[in-house]
Amino acid sequence: MDRVPILKIGPTLFVSIQIDLQDESVILLQEDLADELAATGARGVIIDITAVEIVDSFIGRMLTMIGSISRLFDAETVIVGMRPAVAITLTELGLSMGGVRTALNAEKGLEILNGKT
Amino acid sequence: MDELPIKSGDDVVRVRQQVRTVAAKNGLSLVDQTKLVTAASELARNTLVHGGGGVARVEVVKSLNGRSGVKLHFTDEGPGIADVDLALTDGWTTGGGLGLGLSGTRRLVDEFELNSKPGAGTSVVVVKWSR
Repeated sequence: MDRVPILKIGPTLFVSIQIDLQDESVILLQEDLADELAATGARGVIIDITAVEIVDSFIGRMLTMIGSISRLFDAETVIVGMRPAVAITLTELGLSMGGVRTALNAEKGLEILNGKT
Repeated sequence: MDELPIKSGDDVVRVRQQVRTVAAKNGLSLVDQTKLVTAASELARNTLVHGGGGVARVEVVKSLNGRSGVKLHFTDEGPGIADVDLALTDGWTTGGGLGLGLSGTRRLVDEFELNSKPGAGTSVVVVKWSR
């Protein structure tokens, strides 16, 4: 199964999802991120979903959970690069992604995180 | 018509890819493709997780007024659903999910039909028409 790589740059963890996500990959990413947050003390997580063609209820819930988990490590998660069609579909599906920040792109996501520290 | 097995997470990804290809080829807009692929993802996961695996079929259909559409069938021989109306309610869930899978999927497609009986498996048929 494909694993999503996590890059640490300064106090921030970067995740760019470039694979067609299956449920197990998202669960694995959640665990890897929690380990990485505990090990590094990172203060922020950027998850880039520019290449993600669909977010269904399971993937959406997992992304929201990653936000909650990172908060327990005093880190903030920003999801960036959501495609317009994905945003429309998520809303119609009924998923609000409440509790997790979103930004237009990685640059704006970083600005949010930098404003925090 | 393409018939695809759903026995693993990889199969769910393959179903999504096949639905995307067929939807794009048959004139669905990018947003409608995304809605249909998302619906397929929800239904394929249900087939795998709740139905214990099954089969997806992807079919191109034409309406009486000449519009083309994509029809998806998901069938499993799993335990079935005792109360279909309840299962289609927002927020109803058997597990730790949000209970948006079935009810949300219904909002993403133009036609939705669910048949299920306890012990007799579940079949879901959905259609998305091009505009």
